[in-house]
Amino acid sequence: MEAALPAIELTGVIKEFRTGHDVVTAVRELDLTIAEGEFFSLLGPSGCGKTTTMRIIAGFEEPTAGTVSLHGRDVTGVPPNKRDVNMVFQSYALFPHMNVFENVAFGLRRRNVAKDEISRRVNEMLTIVNLDGRSHRRPRELSGGQQQRVALARALVNKPRALLLDEPLGALDLKLRQAMQVELKRIQREVGITFVYVTHDQGEALTMSDRIAVMNEGAIEQLASPREIYEHPSSRFVAGFIGTSNLLAGKASSVSGGDAVIEVGAGERIVVGTRDLAIAPGTELELTVRPEKIELSAERPAGPGCALRGTVTEVVYLGTSTSFTVTTTTGADVVVFQQNSALAGDLASRGDQIWLSWQPAHSYLIGQSAPG
Amino acid sequence: MPGARPRRSVPRARLGKVFAPYLLSLPAGLWLLILFLIPLVVMLSLSLQSCNNATGACVMTWHWAEFGQQLSLYHSQLLTSFYFAGAATVIDVVVSFPIAYWIAFYGGNKKNFFLLMLLVPFFVSFVIRTVVWSFILSDQGVVLGTLKHAHLLPQSFHVLATGYAVVAGLAYNYLPFTALPLYVAIERIDKRVLDAAYDLYASKRQAFMNVILPLTMPGLFAAFLLTFIPALGDYVNQQVLGGTSDTMIGTVIQNAFLTNLDYAGGSALSAVLMAVALIGIFAYARLLGSTAIEEYL
Repeated sequence: MEAALPAIELTGVIKEFRTGHDVVTAVRELDLTIAEGEFFSLLGPSGCGKTTTMRIIAGFEEPTAGTVSLHGRDVTGVPPNKRDVNMVFQSYALFPHMNVFENVAFGLRRRNVAKDEISRRVNEMLTIVNLDGRSHRRPRELSGGQQQRVALARALVNKPRALLLDEPLGALDLKLRQAMQVELKRIQREVGITFVYVTHDQGEALTMSDRIAVMNEGAIEQLASPREIYEHPSSRFVAGFIGTSNLLAGKASSVSGGDAVIEVGAGERIVVGTRDLAIAPGTELELTVRPEKIELSAERPAGPGCALRGTVTEVVYLGTSTSFTVTTTTGADVVVFQQNSALAGDLASRGDQIWLSWQPAHSYLIGQSAPG
Repeated sequence: MPGARPRRSVPRARLGKVFAPYLLSLPAGLWLLILFLIPLVVMLSLSLQSCNNATGACVMTWHWAEFGQQLSLYHSQLLTSFYFAGAATVIDVVVSFPIAYWIAFYGGNKKNFFLLMLLVPFFVSFVIRTVVWSFILSDQGVVLGTLKHAHLLPQSFHVLATGYAVVAGLAYNYLPFTALPLYVAIERIDKRVLDAAYDLYASKRQAFMNVILPLTMPGLFAAFLLTFIPALGDYVNQQVLGGTSDTMIGTVIQNAFLTNLDYAGGSALSAVLMAVALIGIFAYARLLGSTAIEEYL
């Protein structure tokens, strides 16, 4: 048996937009392989090129350079109506003059599927998205969440090779959005179709994806599993974009056996794994620690961990947890999340002197700090 | 007392809230009443009166037969009017659809400029515009004269004083009334709906037939009304551009009132025209599916 072909493959894709004399590069030299059945997210701030990348896959934009392949077939230059992918649009783009059934049947009708098969497949799909009994409603008679599911059904009923979703939950309120995240994941498991999900919401991407590509300024910053991206951000941008992270800058004072001792401020030392980076003593470095990995204590903790001293400058009660902002003696502001578990009392209040500590494994080197 | 003022203003505010909608609709209501409803009633009552042609004095005689008489006398002119107005409307829809579509989809930030261009002819009086058309279409005018000079047309060829000239004039004069409602309808279409159609395997033609056209229906209906109805009663185009053989009903009515001073006959004919047009419109709305139209209006 030959190896399974990737569902989607972008090779050297560049997209430039011309407005007058200006050339704006939306996507620069993108290589991307998305496997069959994968839930893949393109995550990034607005203007990072994620939507353009998706529109290139759908065929609405032609790449300035590079190729797009779907299941090994080069589809560069093939118009969207001849591509075996379907899209769920940001604002759903349902046909307002058609009822739910007609909306969902649109693609099948264009492909001249037999009438009874259309009605069987449409009804089956409406069941999957929990819309039975609503097939005669017009889109505007439906709630936002229902419209969203019609859009999903309208695309999925065609059994596309891949489903492209462009911020599909953006218009829903928080509760519904969280419910739909679970729902989307369930539907994806059920139909087994490759999902490519575009979002600027890191929570959404972390919840649902098998893999995430974090994009910035038209290029992929990091492509990895949600856990890897969260725990081990590859760049300052990724660390800052995904969740809350504390960046600490320092200078390597000694390197031995895969660990480096970083001096952050006067005399304060932190131990961090060097990964595979070649680090010479004296190099300026940045490392990151996630807020929930840090412990707070009144006394300097014993043991080999990393520890910094500071003053609590802000305490914000968040319900399940409390967020502390601590200004360390080195001058950095560090955010710490503490679970409000049954055991936890009031750990600290504003103005308290406090110790921050964490395991060396939880501080993660993100490379050399930018020069200058 | 500090508390007294707000307390007194409460009932006044409430009173204002109750009367505000009526007050606001008063000018339009009066306008409709004085300039539309009363003349309409006067016209309908006139059509049932008998008038002395010499003195112009009319007496109510409840002469219902007037309608039937007028209809049998002028049914051919009525038919001609429907035919010409219908042809002009069809031409306008065919010509202005691409214009409206282009402005709505590709007009960019110059949309308003293009719309203004559509309306520029309206800065010239209706009659003058039509008279200019008679120069353009005249037998030895700019167009025909040049073509005849180049031997591309036979000397005997003429357009003026034919039904073609009338239809051309009507189509020209009423084009903005077709283009503007169509533009409004097309402009309102969410462009992403088109993307969705392409994404769901529709060809350009299918996307147009299944998505754009149905969504333009309310605009098409409005365009039809705004073009067909005034064209139906138009008499300027027919008199300036047409011949004596294809008289339109508007001319007959005008003659009845202004030349023959037959107020009863003219009124009856107007009432007949109105009734026929209304019946036609309701049938048309039913045919198109008025519910579908109402949904977008």
